[in-house]
Amino acid sequence: MTGTDVRADTAAPTAASPGRGARRRELRILGRRIDLQVLVVTVVVLVVVVFVALLGIVAGSSSLTIPDALRTLLGAGTGAEQLIVFELRLPRVAGALVVGCALGIAGALTQTFARNPLATPDIIGVTSGAAFGAVAVIVFSGGVYAVGAGTLSLGVPLAATLGALITAAIVYGLSWKGGVDSFRLILIGIGATATLMGLIRWFIARAQLVEAATASQWLAGSLSGISWTSVVPVVVVLLIVTPIAMTQTFALEIGRLGDDMSTGLGVALQRHRIIVIACAVVLAAAAVSAAGPIEFIAFVAPQIARRIAGTGRPPLLLSGFMGALVVVGADLIARALLPSPVPVGIITAIVGAPYLIWLLTRRKERETLR
Amino acid sequence: MTATSQNPTPASTPASTTADDGTDGPQGARPDGVALQARAITLAYDKAVIFEGLDLSVGQGEITTLIGANGSGKSTILKAFGRLLSPTAGTIELHGTPMRSQSARAVARQLAILPQKPLTPTATSVRDLVSRGRHPHQSLWRPWTAGDAAIIDAALAATGLLELADRDAGSLSGGQLQRAWIALVLAQEAPTILLDEPTTFLDLSHQLDVLRLVRRINRERGSTVVMVLHDLSLAARFSDRLVVIGRGRVLADGAPWDVLTPEVLHDAFDLEALVIADPATGTPLVVPVEFETEEGSVMRSLLGSANLTL
Repeated sequence: MTGTDVRADTAAPTAASPGRGARRRELRILGRRIDLQVLVVTVVVLVVVVFVALLGIVAGSSSLTIPDALRTLLGAGTGAEQLIVFELRLPRVAGALVVGCALGIAGALTQTFARNPLATPDIIGVTSGAAFGAVAVIVFSGGVYAVGAGTLSLGVPLAATLGALITAAIVYGLSWKGGVDSFRLILIGIGATATLMGLIRWFIARAQLVEAATASQWLAGSLSGISWTSVVPVVVVLLIVTPIAMTQTFALEIGRLGDDMSTGLGVALQRHRIIVIACAVVLAAAAVSAAGPIEFIAFVAPQIARRIAGTGRPPLLLSGFMGALVVVGADLIARALLPSPVPVGIITAIVGAPYLIWLLTRRKERETLR
Repeated sequence: MTATSQNPTPASTPASTTADDGTDGPQGARPDGVALQARAITLAYDKAVIFEGLDLSVGQGEITTLIGANGSGKSTILKAFGRLLSPTAGTIELHGTPMRSQSARAVARQLAILPQKPLTPTATSVRDLVSRGRHPHQSLWRPWTAGDAAIIDAALAATGLLELADRDAGSLSGGQLQRAWIALVLAQEAPTILLDEPTTFLDLSHQLDVLRLVRRINRERGSTVVMVLHDLSLAARFSDRLVVIGRGRVLADGAPWDVLTPEVLHDAFDLEALVIADPATGTPLVVPVEFETEEGSVMRSLLGSANLTL
């Protein structure tokens, strides 16, 4: 099926006018049908991600150039260059990459699953569950998990993951009514988020000054204190969870036809739901425990990915790469272009919130539901 | 509504409802004749029991249509056959094997269902939509083949959609879209097909289109079809067997002429109607009459149980 009538643009679904052909070019790789536009866009985004990541490595108060950085990465740098690249810059850039990637994939999973772009880990309460767990540990452990010092041990990630899982289970359980009603899911998620944020504020209010400051900084979503110790767990989670999530690609595609149609076409719905939710929660929890709740990535990245790929649902890998790009880019802006350093979460919130408003005001009914 | 299913009408087709206990004859007594067999199933939404101890079988290669008043539970039975609703008691067998013991994918290769309101995906061509029907035949180890493409082309051709194959599914008209969903079901290549109100929201000419297509599929592929329809005359015209559902049980079951009697219509639909032969096809045509209540009952007794043939 290699049609010649490829859509020239990258129109969002609603922009597809009735008469226009929707045929997409495909490649066959090992018997699998690969959408050409998705493939090309994914490769292009990956190249851009690498470029921006290199910029992120050289940006800062030393006269490092991109060739220098490349040379150092390949193991031929001077001692000073090695120190700057591997100890100072790379953890932060790598952290931005993996955190963004995890959030992007998590968002793509939940948005597709609930058939609603608003159903992202931040909105359905997973992120605030993770934040609740993390802040509880930071505050009640007497500040030994000083994020700025990079001494994050197992406590914060574990508490964040637990908080995310429990919150997800509660929100999901409450919104279950013979199926996933995405509006119930979102509304209950908003309620859970409000409750958890209230509790978090209370924790901070009654905490000692040091812990309160640590927790506040962590809550803003910051990459400034990130170290290899917090990057590695996210990498491991990504390597394990992404392939599992990819096995659900077909079922996610079928899921767009509705739950009844999915069952009719042989999707084991219960198992599919549990796998998708678990993957999304673990990815989001890993990202949040490493860098705090970086706002809007899980929401924005898949939507950008879907639009540039011209597909009906956000492609998983592309959403991950897009998330990586947005976080690395936002961190670059936060570090290099602004007069004083700003937590990356502030940048993404400032950019993401207007996008959310824009999407809400221009969305058509069908776009939300499918 | 917890009455036990009984069969008040004379057994008029070989594959009609079985006795109450559901234990008459061992499984496989009619090995080649039965596509779906519900044995003493109880169907409930939350606490509301719709059917209790219902037995119903569907003959292979037949078009069986479930009819009944709104809220009679005809779609509920279809959902149970399509495993969209699990019986709280009893079993449903698909080609002699309990459905619960088979994997979702294995069932989907034998049983296709077109639900009442499937969601039309955005940014998806008609061909891609139809290709979703191949899902139960694919796996990580058996990806897309040229055979799949040929089956999809055949399904598009059978539903007259080849011309529209590259259009966005969202841009189709109601009748075209319904044909696309049927094409998807065809691409699934399941011997048994369930259709939940496939003609809803269509004008008469498109209703006929869809039902003719269904009959052609039944005749040419030998597919077993179970559907829910609202229009009694269309149901009679296109079905081999009608099953009338009401008050939590099967009220009548059999060939259209045996089932569509004024008594059954009164009983199941609270409808006063004549049943005449359709001048075009000779199948029963239900003609509601405008009687005032008292005369109505007089007229009905005058008409008797005979089917009035004009």
